[in-house]
Amino acid sequence: MTLDFAAVLSRWPMFLDGAIVTVKLATGATVIGFAIGTLFAIAKRSNVVWAQRVASAYVEAIRNTPLLVQIFLVYFGLSSIGLKLPAITVATAALIINVGAYATEIMRAGFDSIHKGQVEAAECLALSRRQVYWHVVLLPAMERVYPALTSQFVLLMLATSVCSQISAEELTAVANFVQSDTYRPFETYVLVGVLYVLLSLAMRAAFWGLGMWLFPRRRRLGTAL
Amino acid sequence: MTTGLNANHLLFLLHGAAWTIGLSLIAFIGGGLLGMVVALCRVSPLKSVRLATGTYVQLVQGTPLMVILFMTFFGLPALGLKISPLTAASASLLVYVSAYLGEIWRGCILSVPRAQWEAAECLALTRAQRMRKVVLPQAIRIATPPTVGFMVQIVKNTSLASVVGFVELARAGQIINNSLFEPFLVYLIIAAVYFALCYPLSRWSRRLERRSARAQEARSLSTPPGQLSLT
Repeated sequence: MTLDFAAVLSRWPMFLDGAIVTVKLATGATVIGFAIGTLFAIAKRSNVVWAQRVASAYVEAIRNTPLLVQIFLVYFGLSSIGLKLPAITVATAALIINVGAYATEIMRAGFDSIHKGQVEAAECLALSRRQVYWHVVLLPAMERVYPALTSQFVLLMLATSVCSQISAEELTAVANFVQSDTYRPFETYVLVGVLYVLLSLAMRAAFWGLGMWLFPRRRRLGTAL
Repeated sequence: MTTGLNANHLLFLLHGAAWTIGLSLIAFIGGGLLGMVVALCRVSPLKSVRLATGTYVQLVQGTPLMVILFMTFFGLPALGLKISPLTAASASLLVYVSAYLGEIWRGCILSVPRAQWEAAECLALTRAQRMRKVVLPQAIRIATPPTVGFMVQIVKNTSLASVVGFVELARAGQIINNSLFEPFLVYLIIAAVYFALCYPLSRWSRRLERRSARAQEARSLSTPPGQLSLT
């Protein structure tokens, strides 16, 4: 059998639609998941015992079970109690819950790396509590763990392929459809693989740019992120 | 919701769990061996070898495991290579694990202090001896915590083998759910079994991490400041 990419490439509008859904899923889950992760990281480091316990239980439960099972649990579980939601909504929700747990651990490490003396020094300089938190704790903590966050969110983008199993029409689901339609499975999945590689490279570039904008100190020092 | 979960279902789940463990072991051992090759090639003195394995790692790490699985299971038969779900799942996991472990281990090899490499060179050890007798033994100590941590990822990712119809834990759950229609109960049990498999590994990895952090601290305290720059 010879390779024939033309038949597969002629379906490019479908692949484009799929890629857009993948990017949307990844972006939504990244932004909201990061916010949730930061909140849980703060909870984990707080003095409130029950908040610590809830955050730890959440992190351990999510990080020690597969995303596939989490998605099934949410999707089929919700529909069995009569809550019929579109697959794409459920997929986004499951991805947010999933990446939130990983972001919690990463941000906790970031917060832990902020020296107490830094905060004390900032207080001595008469910065307000909010200023201290933003400029001395949150942003520097993010800066320290920024590479880890980037890797995690790229992994999340790749993990959106699991959503094809609950018929969310993202890139992998499109590939499954195209290959059953064209009988060109090898070409289809090679093409989709290439698209994912391009997406992850684009995502790394975007995160690098975002980092340059977020952390001006890095920009001035010229240190690589 | 007419018939309940019975002993046969649980036995079937247990069977699935056994295959999850089996597949994880195949992936870890096979992927580990291939990953070792990848790691060594990544620190090879030949630029072309470094570049080639670097590209391999980038390609695998930029593609979802799901797509690699579909490519082997549906793609290879179209090229005339018949393949069973178990072979497809093992091969895909092997490729996936080799790229990630190779990259982790490369980092560990490179984090062995430079002076150790140079000292070994001064003792007229060949490159192979230097690697085997000086660098690798130290790299293995550094590599243990992240490797155990990655084992958790392997166990979780074997769940994707279910999409090509291989009956491991997640697939066993789907099959049972198709007859019982109690997704909450069934998937909660599945999640609990995965948790029981992964949590001990997570704990172990964290303990190892803490221990090596403590060892590092002790080392840096016992070394006089003047010598720090040498190591």
